[in-house]
Amino acid sequence: MGAGAVSWTADEMMSIAAARFLADGTSCFVGIGLPSTAANLARRTHAPGLVLVYEAGAIGAKPPRLPLSIGDGMLGETADAVVSVPEIFNYWVQPGRIDVGFLGAAQIDRFANINTTVIGSYDEPKVRLPGAGGAPEIAASCGEVVVIVRQSARAFVERVDFVTSVGFGSGPGGRERLGLTGRGPTRVITDLGVLEPDPASCELRLTALHPGATLDDARAATGWELAVADDLAATDPPSDGELAALRALTEAA
Amino acid sequence: MFASRTVVPLADAIAELVRDGDTVALEGFTHLIPVAAGHEIIRQRRRELTLIRMTPDIVYDQMIGAGCARRLVFSWGGNPGVGSLHRFRDAVEHGWPRPLELVEHSHAGMANAYVAGASGLPFAVLRGYRGTDLAAQTDDVRPITCPFTGELLTAVPALRPDVAIVHAQRADRDGNVQLWGLVGIQKEAVLAARRALVTVEEVVDALEPLPGAIVLPHWVVDRVSEVPGGARPSYAQGYYDRDNAAYRAWDDVARDRERFGGWVRAL
Repeated sequence: MGAGAVSWTADEMMSIAAARFLADGTSCFVGIGLPSTAANLARRTHAPGLVLVYEAGAIGAKPPRLPLSIGDGMLGETADAVVSVPEIFNYWVQPGRIDVGFLGAAQIDRFANINTTVIGSYDEPKVRLPGAGGAPEIAASCGEVVVIVRQSARAFVERVDFVTSVGFGSGPGGRERLGLTGRGPTRVITDLGVLEPDPASCELRLTALHPGATLDDARAATGWELAVADDLAATDPPSDGELAALRALTEAA
Repeated sequence: MFASRTVVPLADAIAELVRDGDTVALEGFTHLIPVAAGHEIIRQRRRELTLIRMTPDIVYDQMIGAGCARRLVFSWGGNPGVGSLHRFRDAVEHGWPRPLELVEHSHAGMANAYVAGASGLPFAVLRGYRGTDLAAQTDDVRPITCPFTGELLTAVPALRPDVAIVHAQRADRDGNVQLWGLVGIQKEAVLAARRALVTVEEVVDALEPLPGAIVLPHWVVDRVSEVPGGARPSYAQGYYDRDNAAYRAWDDVARDRERFGGWVRAL
């Protein structure tokens, strides 16, 4: 994909697009996996002052390579502060001290509710997933939430099988009715493009397509009738610097 | 040489402190996971345990697969950065080797439940779980109204394990325990529990004070066992690094019941 000699994968485009949305100088609660890759990339490119917060208790972690888990030793050793697990949730997440909660998902629905608990019924699941972890309270209380997830009709469903973490609940006013203090999901970045909640309906709609992805691809990979923004944007392709930084990160891991 | 009543071999400590049917918390949040103690519980064939842990990872996968547990209280069950816990999934999805009852929390809820247990309170309060489907699956998550502001909050009952088991870097011969780095939820687990066992990298004559380290005083620690490497394949800051390759390798062993059976027999 891409012009000339430079090419990249859809996953690389996804990580790079997600990294671009993390502003320098903000604090970001980082889930493991795709969020951690993108957040560490942001810190190595345009956002050297991004404060990475990991649920194992590392605040301001500066890992020299990608951690495999949320509690790798280099997170604590490079952090501005190391705190206990009750403290990270009670003093830092709950009062809204973290700007961005950065989450992954197994399923996500049109109102950006997230499932990481079970596929199928709770009592007789088809697939038992890891569960909630820190996500429900991160989704509730961080200033805003950014989600990174590969787009497919299996993952982007009309209704999630289980609401592990609330996006906009059942739609407009859903967060306010539940007393959730953060603004909720502002962007969902996938391997095909970017979705953002419509300000009126709270429904996720496509606002950008990555290079090489088509509207038909995005529609086929969405389990509801996907609304598309009038001013649908085209994501800028990865720069050489972004690709080099991402590959240096993932190869070192 | 003075023989401490507190510092005993691991097999003796498990035999004494962990009984069939107990509620047992082996805590460690990626760092300082008491893996050797979990293996000793498998070897001693403990059964009908209620296992508690915020982040059950491969040692709980092993204990569940070996049939030690009837119930699991947890908030995230996976092989961090690798994927599923296949023995845990087999127990939940297929009841093998026996059905596993689940009590499921979020990290914030479970951390607060430990804090309540450590504080001698019956429950904890937090702003959490609202709008999620978690509350419908357990009696342990309930709404509560703030008596001062009227805000609707969430209550979770205190966790009070019969036994807490944690791993730490050092202890002295009296059983004072010192741990540092990412300290997770271990202090709360020990103080919430009726009995506590700490495995340590080394027993020393005197603990050197360290900035940021936690000390658990000897009178809240029932037994200490010296088990160098007792947290492997997790890590002990200042002693050894996390063995990420071992976490990846576990995936293949755990996928297959036969292969897992071979692993248990070799333990």
